[in-house]
Amino acid sequence: MGIPISYSFRNLWTRRLTTVLTALGMALVVFVFAAILMLAEGLRKTLVETGSYDNVIVIRKGSNSEVQSGVSRYQASIIETEPEAAIGADGRPLVAKELVVLITLPKRATNSPSNVVIRGMGTSSLTLRPQVKLIAGRMPKAGSSEIVAGRSIAERFKGGGIGETLRFGMRDWRVVGIFDAGNTGFSSEIWGDADQLLQAFRRPAYSSVIFKLRDPSEFETVKKRIENDPRLTLEAKRENQYYLDQSRMMAKFLRILGMSLTIIFSLGAIIGAMITMYSAVATRTGEIGTMRALGFKKISILGAFIMEALFLGLIGGCVGLFLASFLQLLTISTMNFQTFSELAFSFTLTSDIVWKGLGFSLVMGFIGGALPAVRASRMNIVESLRTV
Amino acid sequence: MEDKTPIVEIEHVNKSYRRGTHTIPVLVDINLDIAEGEFVALMGPSGSGKSTLLNLIAALDHLDSGVIKVGGVDITILSETELAAWRAVNVGFIFQFYNLIPVLTAFENVELPLLLTGLSRRERRTHVELALQVVNLASRMDHYPGQLSGGEQQRVAIARAIVTDPTILVADEPTGDLDRVAAEEILGLMDRLNRESGKTIIMVTHDPRAAKKAHTIRYLEKGILNNVHPQAAL
Amino acid sequence: MYILKLLFRNAFRHKLRTALTILGVTVAILSFGLLRTFIDAWYSGAEASSASRLVTRNATSIIFTLPLAYKDKIRQIDGVKQISWGDWFGGIYIEEKNFFANYAVDAKSYIELYSEYVLPQAQKEAFFRDRRGCFVGRKLAERFHWKIGDIITLKGTIFPGNWAFVLRGIYYGKNEVADETVFFFHWDYLNEALKKRGSIFADQVGFYMIGVKDPNRAAEVAQAIDRTFKNSLAETLTETEKAFVLSFISMSDAIIVAIQLVSFVVIIIIMAVAANTMAMTARERIGEYAIFKTLGYRGWRIAGMIVGESLFITMIGCLLGIALTPFATAEFRQLLGAYFPGFAVKMETVYMALGAAVLVGLCAAIIPTWRAVTIRIADGLRRIG
Repeated sequence: MGIPISYSFRNLWTRRLTTVLTALGMALVVFVFAAILMLAEGLRKTLVETGSYDNVIVIRKGSNSEVQSGVSRYQASIIETEPEAAIGADGRPLVAKELVVLITLPKRATNSPSNVVIRGMGTSSLTLRPQVKLIAGRMPKAGSSEIVAGRSIAERFKGGGIGETLRFGMRDWRVVGIFDAGNTGFSSEIWGDADQLLQAFRRPAYSSVIFKLRDPSEFETVKKRIENDPRLTLEAKRENQYYLDQSRMMAKFLRILGMSLTIIFSLGAIIGAMITMYSAVATRTGEIGTMRALGFKKISILGAFIMEALFLGLIGGCVGLFLASFLQLLTISTMNFQTFSELAFSFTLTSDIVWKGLGFSLVMGFIGGALPAVRASRMNIVESLRTV
Repeated sequence: MEDKTPIVEIEHVNKSYRRGTHTIPVLVDINLDIAEGEFVALMGPSGSGKSTLLNLIAALDHLDSGVIKVGGVDITILSETELAAWRAVNVGFIFQFYNLIPVLTAFENVELPLLLTGLSRRERRTHVELALQVVNLASRMDHYPGQLSGGEQQRVAIARAIVTDPTILVADEPTGDLDRVAAEEILGLMDRLNRESGKTIIMVTHDPRAAKKAHTIRYLEKGILNNVHPQAAL
Repeated sequence: MYILKLLFRNAFRHKLRTALTILGVTVAILSFGLLRTFIDAWYSGAEASSASRLVTRNATSIIFTLPLAYKDKIRQIDGVKQISWGDWFGGIYIEEKNFFANYAVDAKSYIELYSEYVLPQAQKEAFFRDRRGCFVGRKLAERFHWKIGDIITLKGTIFPGNWAFVLRGIYYGKNEVADETVFFFHWDYLNEALKKRGSIFADQVGFYMIGVKDPNRAAEVAQAIDRTFKNSLAETLTETEKAFVLSFISMSDAIIVAIQLVSFVVIIIIMAVAANTMAMTARERIGEYAIFKTLGYRGWRIAGMIVGESLFITMIGCLLGIALTPFATAEFRQLLGAYFPGFAVKMETVYMALGAAVLVGLCAAIIPTWRAVTIRIADGLRRIG
């Protein structure tokens, strides 16, 4: 049996100030690490849940998003007749022809402008998105200049609240309802009647056509048919895949930025741990010699100091994660680089992130403590006893 | 005199330190036998090599040439790992500055050597309590070294030294940091351990009072061992 | 001088510990410098933009167009010197990750308006002669190893199809901040193709660029333009180029604020490390400080020693970090230069780094100084040996 664990732990307790400072450094690094992972996860969750696996979205070939796309009425009517489309409760296919444009709205808090998505919806649009729930007011009457706003828009943007009015396309539009789509991208949108919006913006074509598959496995069949049809210049994607693709650039940017930051910071924290552990070894030279004299092997000494360093890391990791968990109260509202539109998402803490954070802190502790521990284990017994 | 093998046999031991290009001899052709149950004091001026000799006997250091056998075992041919294991069972240490682990209680400090054996927790507890009783500190076993006086700390150290029932006890200036009363106490304890339990004690000391307690005094000067008749030089 | 010698020797009594602390400060200053430079790069677009140029676009949002016919009306407004127009083309070169900005512009007027882009005369003429010609910035050409005469094909996203262009010119910027990563081709070429297709986007522009006679009257002119088109089908929003770029940047301000926060967090981390070192150092030397007191040194002298040593360590680390920042920046420019044309370390960043190092050095010394100054001589002496 080796040196008891309580030795390592109690030594940290004895030099409290040093332990706190070193652990604080590591806690901050784990905080940043966790924050980035939580941000990326929040982004991913928002976009993935925004689309359904069972829905197909059809846009013009080559365009990367609905905003750039154009689907003519003629082409849209062809899509409506695809047999793979599910039939709704009213006996009609669950297909929606939608228009997506961006308008600039000022934020409530800062008055600075941001691009917001306006979606012209068809009769089936709401049914196709079960994640979207009306939480206040009512849906717009067909043929009217009424709109519903997503929760995030109502909260953050001027004129987006229920009863308020927005002006665009030379018309006034009244917000008659608010919908909540959870964490998904739809919460950052404003919905209105597609035909009314087409007229207001003088658009001749829709942006996209969305329909539900009667059988999810038939996706490949209908995709092939649409893309090979000479009358159409369209491409089809599963709705969730479409939204996932929209976030690729942002997710990658966050990941790269975040990881490089974390690595650089972790260097600082590791150096801090190293300084602390070297000092611990230097102060306890006499003890180390004594334990060696008593017959404890080099590896036991090594183990005890590594354990101490791991404890440091663990404390730092727990504190960092604890602080990071409070980030879940924040929501980030920013522009998606790929679509140029407003996107709101929040920090999401998963158990996977917790494990990664703890693991990372342990690794930092280990790296910081390794060299000092080796030095401790390699000391000459006689010399270390002399320095008591 | 005795037909029993000495517990410690030192034959033609030499040791020197290298400092740059100089080689300083510390021990020169040391020959010494220590019988079981003997209480030996090693004395000499500072730099005479007495501590070095003690370290060699306790297998803390390596000699240049010669043989040292303790309890019949030639410790000069053992590997580092084997020496560590050997020390744990065969040597009890008493240092000038007690060398207790500050973050462990008296009980835990005494238990430390037993962690290297295969004993169960209950068995370890029995041995520790016994050792602490011998040194009369059973009531303070949950105190930390910082809460004990110098004399009490040294007694804990002695308990730690005897808890594994080692072959030999080595003491390096055991009374060096103690006042007169505490020193008397410690020496009395060591004397009892030697007389009543038959423990072999090898002690390095400056203190003539300490040397008085020993059976035999060996004198080291410039690395060479002299034999001095007991009590003669005092 | 004696003081410096003393500080130096003291600091290096514990070579390894001091070296590690300096290393830590260096890493922290380096990352601080990088983060700040990164944020500056983000804003570099705004720096490059001019206050004497205006951008006129559709007030509803950037995805809506303005009629070509507007150009005549705008030209007549008082204060307008030049006018040019164009579209954000948004084409992809081979694959999405090769992203760069590409525009269709009214060539002659645009080149005149953007006098900071310098194109050799021969190349300019070749470009004007070739309808399918394009000219690109120097950094962009270097990135893809393009040479004059190469055929470059862009996949349209907004304007579908594969569009082939011939590289006729490579421009360089007159000053450091000018953007050398942009791709330009003839607006007429785009418009003719759109007319042929019968697209609704024919004779429509994405934006107008306007040069004003007097930069002080820019705001006035902007308002005059917007007034002209108020209540029409396509209302305009005119602002200076700088304001336009800044409004884009502000849309990502959540991320920018986060990065700024993080750059301060790194300073806090290193403060913890430095404070730790000073605390350990002071604890070891508490006996010495007591001795100094017995010799008659007053509290503030001792404080000075500790603070001085702390500052000494942090300043060395800071200077090393500042020295290394340009190298690290160059690395980043390799990776991200395509997105951020202006990647350079500003003096402001250097000053902030120095300030941070001083702050860290002072804060790290607080607790140890307090302990050393308040310890009673007897207690301190007891701690030696």
